[in-house]
Amino acid sequence: MFNTLKDWFINGIPIAEGTEWLTDQITEKFSFLFDPIKEHLGNFMDFTTDNLLLVPPVIIIIIVALVAFFLSGKKLGLAVFSILGLWLIYNQGFWEHLINTFALVLIASLLSVIVGVPVGILMSKSKTAESIIKPILDFMQTMPAFVYLIPAVAFFSIGMVPGIFASLIFATPPTVRFTNLGIRQVSKELIEASEAFGSTGMQKLLKVELPMAKATIMAGINQTVMLALSMVVIASMIGAPGLGREVLSALQRAQVGTGFVAGIGIVILAIIIDRFTQSANSKKH
Amino acid sequence: MPIIEAKNLTKVFGKNPKQALELLEQGFSKEEILKKTGSTVGVNRASFSVEPGEIFVIMGLSGSGKSTLVRLINRLIEPTEGSILINGQDLAKMDKKALRQVRREKLGMVFQRFALFPNRTVLQNTEFGLEIQKVSKEERTKKATEALKMVGLGGYLDQQPNQLSGGMQQRVGLARALANDPQILLMDEAFSALDPLIRKDMQDELIDLQSTMKKTIIFITHDLDEALRIGDRIALMKDGTIVQIGTPEEILMNPANDYVERFVEDVDRTKVLTAEHIMKRPETINTDKHGPRVALERMKEAGISSILAVDSKRNLKGYVTADDASEAKKKDIRDISEILRTDIKQVEKGTSMHEIFTIINGSPIPTAVVEDGRLVGIIVRGAVIAALAGDSEVNYENV
Repeated sequence: MFNTLKDWFINGIPIAEGTEWLTDQITEKFSFLFDPIKEHLGNFMDFTTDNLLLVPPVIIIIIVALVAFFLSGKKLGLAVFSILGLWLIYNQGFWEHLINTFALVLIASLLSVIVGVPVGILMSKSKTAESIIKPILDFMQTMPAFVYLIPAVAFFSIGMVPGIFASLIFATPPTVRFTNLGIRQVSKELIEASEAFGSTGMQKLLKVELPMAKATIMAGINQTVMLALSMVVIASMIGAPGLGREVLSALQRAQVGTGFVAGIGIVILAIIIDRFTQSANSKKH
Repeated sequence: MPIIEAKNLTKVFGKNPKQALELLEQGFSKEEILKKTGSTVGVNRASFSVEPGEIFVIMGLSGSGKSTLVRLINRLIEPTEGSILINGQDLAKMDKKALRQVRREKLGMVFQRFALFPNRTVLQNTEFGLEIQKVSKEERTKKATEALKMVGLGGYLDQQPNQLSGGMQQRVGLARALANDPQILLMDEAFSALDPLIRKDMQDELIDLQSTMKKTIIFITHDLDEALRIGDRIALMKDGTIVQIGTPEEILMNPANDYVERFVEDVDRTKVLTAEHIMKRPETINTDKHGPRVALERMKEAGISSILAVDSKRNLKGYVTADDASEAKKKDIRDISEILRTDIKQVEKGTSMHEIFTIINGSPIPTAVVEDGRLVGIIVRGAVIAALAGDSEVNYENV
């Protein structure tokens, strides 16, 4: 024991080795879990992408424009932007990449919300849970995103699935935080009202807390989606397809032009997704 | 049997309630305990009981623990010690499920800032209590609509709460509490956020509602006028302790200590005191038996210049002045009815002093106080002024 401590003191604590050992262990012991995840998630991604690609781009563009028109309160701005932006991406020959990226963002965001909202609720209900989860969230957000790619590859090899895994870790925290915040911000009198009339905990959550916190939670989800989108370039380093891969390959070959166009594509997608999630949120108010 | 009975109900906020409880037993004050233990005494051994159909007002300034006390009654705040019996069942010992049941069936609550759900319509808000009891949609809509009609909002079912004025919002809050048909209504400063005119209307309506529906109402307020207006009995709180419980008259007339006395000093007594409180026992003559001679004698004896006349059943007949009586004596008139004057001012026993003012003004003879036409007392001007001056010698033994 003492010798080990002395050794650590002189030669450094083997954190890196420990982490590696842990990752190896997890990869080995949990492969029964990771393999099916990888397979099903991969299939699901392919299924989504393939089906979206079956639809003629014109129809998708029209649908997006229509949704944009009604979502923004029958204003033309967002609809026109969607048509022009998506057409430009199609025109530049990036349509398939766009769909790939969209599928990645969509699924990563969905998973983030599915994981993040319940964790946020747990956090809002228990002080202990909050004090444990908060530093973990800080860790998840401040650790450089590239670092997640390494275990992601170890668990799921390369492709879209590890991309989703890395995005999930990077993009979930805002949803958790905003859900927690939203529920904690519900006025005390409303909570008392629901309790005074004899609500169960679940009724209180579903009928009062979540509806009241909805706007805040949606703001968190909006952040999550944006972060997931920002991960597409990084995820492309481990083989996730899409616009990110174009940016990456342009970078590797020093093709300024291609890189710029692919980058513009990401920006257009980001603006459309951002406005969509925001107006879905503000529609009620 | 009382419907609500609180025994020794105590709430200590903070990390060390046990120690604080011990210090309370030893008679330390709230400040001393805060200094010694860091714990705040919210409510200190409150005991009271409320009869069915009563409006029981808990009043005190902010920080007196009144809002904590009302939340102890439905256990929104867990009591540190003591028991709270509702229909004889101890709420403090109940498990969560039983507690929920009591809250659903017996206790309705109305909040200071209304606490309406902004994402629900007026009707949906009113349905809330029934909804969480899983009452069918049809029935809860029916009951909620009835409750809304009762508070005069039958036409606003589909409005959003924030489209309504404060007074109307609180009516929705009241309707929401009534929709469950609970025996007990807890009202936490329910009218404090409303402007004075609307507040007065709401107070009147609450009294009306209570007289038809016979709910038991626990009403929290910091406004003594409000407490005196609507309360059957009032509990006055200071620093978490109930310092006095009594009817409005008892509180006004017999303040238990300096604190209560200072509290009631500024009350507009004209609204609370009635003819009954300031009337005096009248000197009378009996028109069936007595003549001018007796009248004159009695006036001399009492040193007054006029005397009230009643018949054998004490029905007020009028009054006789000393001048008339001595005139009649000289002329040897025996029948008192010849000199009886009937232009006397009279008020009912329950008339407030506020109204008595205008009646008594400019009248040289005392005002008669009657109950069902029978004379029960007289009011002389001096008594009115004495009562206004806060003279506790006013004869509250009549109460």
